[in-house]
Amino acid sequence: MNSLGSIRRSFAPWTDPSAKPYIEFRNVTKRFGDFTAVNDLSLSIYEREFFALLGASGCGKSTLLRMLAGFEEPTSGSILLDGQDLRGIPPYRRPVNMMFQSYALFPHMTVEQNIAFGLKQDGMAKVEIEQRVAEMLKLVKLSQFAKRKPHQLSGGQRQRVALARAVAKRPKVLLLDEPLGALDKKLREETQFELMDLQQKLGLTFVVVTHDQEEAMTMADRIAILDKGEVMQVATPAEVYEAPGSRFVAGFVGTVNIFEGKVSAREGVAATIMTDGGVIRSENASDATVGSDVAFAIRPEKIKVSSKEPAPGIDNAMQGEVYDIAYLGDMTVYHVKLPSGQVVRASALNAARVTEDPLTWDDTAWISFRPDAGVILTR
Amino acid sequence: MQRAIAALTSRLVIVVPYLWLLAFFLVPFIIVFKISLSTTAIAMPPYEPVMTLSNGIGAFFAQFRDLHFDNYAWLGGDPLYMRAYLSSVVIAAISTFLALLIGFPVAYGMARAPATLRPTLLMLVILPFWTSFLIRVYAWIGILKPEGLLNQFLLFTGIIDTPLVILNTHTAIFIGIVYSYLPFMILPLYASLEKMDYSLIEAANDLGCPPISAFWKITFPLALPGVIAGCLLVFIPAVGEFVIPDLLGGSQTLMIGKTLWNEFFANRDWPVASAVAIILLLLLVVPIMFFQQAQARAQEQGK
Amino acid sequence: MNATWSRFNIVSITLGFAFLYLPIVLLVIFSFNESKLVTVWGGFSTKWYSALFRNQGLMDAAWVTFRVGLLSATIATILGTLAALALTRYTRFRGRVLFSGMVFAPLVMPEVITGLSLLLLFVAIGFDRGFMTVTLAHVTFAMCYVAVVVQSRLVSFDRSLEEAAMDLGATPVKTFFAVTLPVILPAVISGWMLAFTLSLDDLVIASFTSGPGATTLPMKIYSQVRLGVTPEINAACTILIGIVTLGVITVSVVNKRREVQRQRDEHAAQRG
Repeated sequence: MNSLGSIRRSFAPWTDPSAKPYIEFRNVTKRFGDFTAVNDLSLSIYEREFFALLGASGCGKSTLLRMLAGFEEPTSGSILLDGQDLRGIPPYRRPVNMMFQSYALFPHMTVEQNIAFGLKQDGMAKVEIEQRVAEMLKLVKLSQFAKRKPHQLSGGQRQRVALARAVAKRPKVLLLDEPLGALDKKLREETQFELMDLQQKLGLTFVVVTHDQEEAMTMADRIAILDKGEVMQVATPAEVYEAPGSRFVAGFVGTVNIFEGKVSAREGVAATIMTDGGVIRSENASDATVGSDVAFAIRPEKIKVSSKEPAPGIDNAMQGEVYDIAYLGDMTVYHVKLPSGQVVRASALNAARVTEDPLTWDDTAWISFRPDAGVILTR
Repeated sequence: MQRAIAALTSRLVIVVPYLWLLAFFLVPFIIVFKISLSTTAIAMPPYEPVMTLSNGIGAFFAQFRDLHFDNYAWLGGDPLYMRAYLSSVVIAAISTFLALLIGFPVAYGMARAPATLRPTLLMLVILPFWTSFLIRVYAWIGILKPEGLLNQFLLFTGIIDTPLVILNTHTAIFIGIVYSYLPFMILPLYASLEKMDYSLIEAANDLGCPPISAFWKITFPLALPGVIAGCLLVFIPAVGEFVIPDLLGGSQTLMIGKTLWNEFFANRDWPVASAVAIILLLLLVVPIMFFQQAQARAQEQGK
Repeated sequence: MNATWSRFNIVSITLGFAFLYLPIVLLVIFSFNESKLVTVWGGFSTKWYSALFRNQGLMDAAWVTFRVGLLSATIATILGTLAALALTRYTRFRGRVLFSGMVFAPLVMPEVITGLSLLLLFVAIGFDRGFMTVTLAHVTFAMCYVAVVVQSRLVSFDRSLEEAAMDLGATPVKTFFAVTLPVILPAVISGWMLAFTLSLDDLVIASFTSGPGATTLPMKIYSQVRLGVTPEINAACTILIGIVTLGVITVSVVNKRREVQRQRDEHAAQRG
């Protein structure tokens, strides 16, 4: 894992202005009757990238994938793969392959025949097909299941057959539609790492569609967060979490506390905001201007809870009362109700078995955070 | 090019069966209507030509004056035909009701049978449908006739002392229709009853609704699509039934299918037979459209 | 035994099935009757069967029926499968309402109407009545049954199987033959069997549309039945029933076995 991690760290073509995108969506719009599934969307994906399209159902992520595969044509705009416009090319002529959510394994064919299917369509020589199939079976550790039919396999095995079948043709891009959706939680975690490993080994570009933020965060180099057919943000998992670009993204990925307020002062990267809960000073002001309505977003783990006032006159400290406590084992989540009525979530890691500062229901509590802990959102 | 071929194949999928049905299902009806406006003639085919294009367009339109609605007037004027239509509808309706009465408990019993037994029971209902209709009707002749097996049995057991006259009566037709069409009643009933969640009945009982009342308030309304489909599947073809009234009903029975057959084969009056068919079709258009809607709805739900 | 399966249910099923099967069973029994009086048992005999095979008229009719059945069932299966595809795959095309109407209406259309209208068509276009006209007529009504059977399978068909095939490089036509057809094949086969038995069975439509030299078995049986019940006809019916029953039971046993095996496999796959 270590070597893999170091490769990942140095891999960031999107920061290089001279790098050419491998897949490009240019002002793509897709309408189904009156319904607009994708709305004037532009997106660049780079070669060898593990790219995730994340969003709730109906956000247009699957439509994007299906347009890339060729099952749908854009209503307007164009899609380019390796510089070639894909418009008008039917799915069976596109150098991309897809792993289907339902796996779509042919029930009347054996594992071997399923994997060989795509190769046969290319008219590959029989010997070569046999070699490639054997290689694929080995890759997904299913060599002893070659003669089985799909219904004779477990869910995890089926998933691997679907994967082997999709990569057997060495496509330029592998599309994965909710690749782990049908697996149970434990298997899903294992498979996440297998997929990442496979992508590194084959050096392929992966585009994965998922509604599971944890899955996207774990596997992807970059994530595109979609809502109502539009891209809300494209960034690395860390950026998405630490510096969400909008209220939607902040709320979609992980848990977040939002304080609505008005900017009263700006100096450099910092700004002061007047909120119902109190005055907040943040050092991540982005493009907020004085007098504008903004939101301050902060993650629960970045808020400290204590029974005593941290220090008189300190910035970013608010008094409230403990409204609810959820003990989750590894951490405890406090719900603190401010005089304004807003309930703030703050989590504390249970590093020791006994907390030195015990808080209980209805206690008066202070929440505080550092000026660089949250971000100001203008959208 | 690839796209064009794909578009062409998808077009063929629709066009081929479409044209076939147009040519062999819809167009024939138009011809039937046309012939029904003709008069009988001693020729082959035995009717005067109507609305032909062979003499040019002008002659074609001139022919409108020659159209005869005499056949319809004839049907309306002769009470025999009216009685035949009426008695066909009445016989079909009574038979449908009887089939529902017998079919419902059977379908209900099947739907509540142990799940392992259900496929076998289902196959047993379908199996008679696969055996010849004619044979199944024919089998009843031997049972129902005066010296037949039923009378032999009843006389033997002493339930009756003179043979019952059943063959060549309406009773025999009812038995024949119910018997032949029972699988058509049971199958849709079973399909809708099997889908039903039986905890609904338990919930109704739990809420203080006694079983009989629960049947009428829960089971029956939920089975209604099946009841409607089953009744239409029995009623519509039964109205125009020929084989059953012919073999079991005897010469006195008046049913329109038989009348049509006789006009065609015995009297060789094709125009009148056509008019009979057109009126029968008009009579059945409403139930047939109901049936199509029910089918289309079932198809939508299937998705 | 399921506790909810009450005595009432068992009794109604038993009576229902007795009603469905008793006439057929009696017919079969009396086909082995020595006596010429069909309803008086005169001892066991198979003489009516040998008489049957010596009856050239009946044998000829059987041969005609068999050929009509084979040909019409095959064409009806192709057309019916296409119709089912059109109905499930293309939700919007001009005249779809008319099309689905024409597919469903023949299922309930009284046979006398169908028969008469097809006859008048053949006469109008100057098509000589005979083997071909009966076959065409049978194709027309049987294809609708096939369409319904195949359609019910297509509704639950996972479209992503076809997309996967195309994604892997198979053209639409190749996809149909490599993936779609094999998957829906059981439904297509039962559609064919249904079409075949419907053709085997049909009296009314055949009577209207057939001509000299194309007398089918039901027509022959009907003309004899009108003269009265004979043990020979009982024997002929028994053979027909036997063939159909054997066919249906074989198919369902094969399907059942496959299903059981499948479930066993799936169980095994989940365990290890």
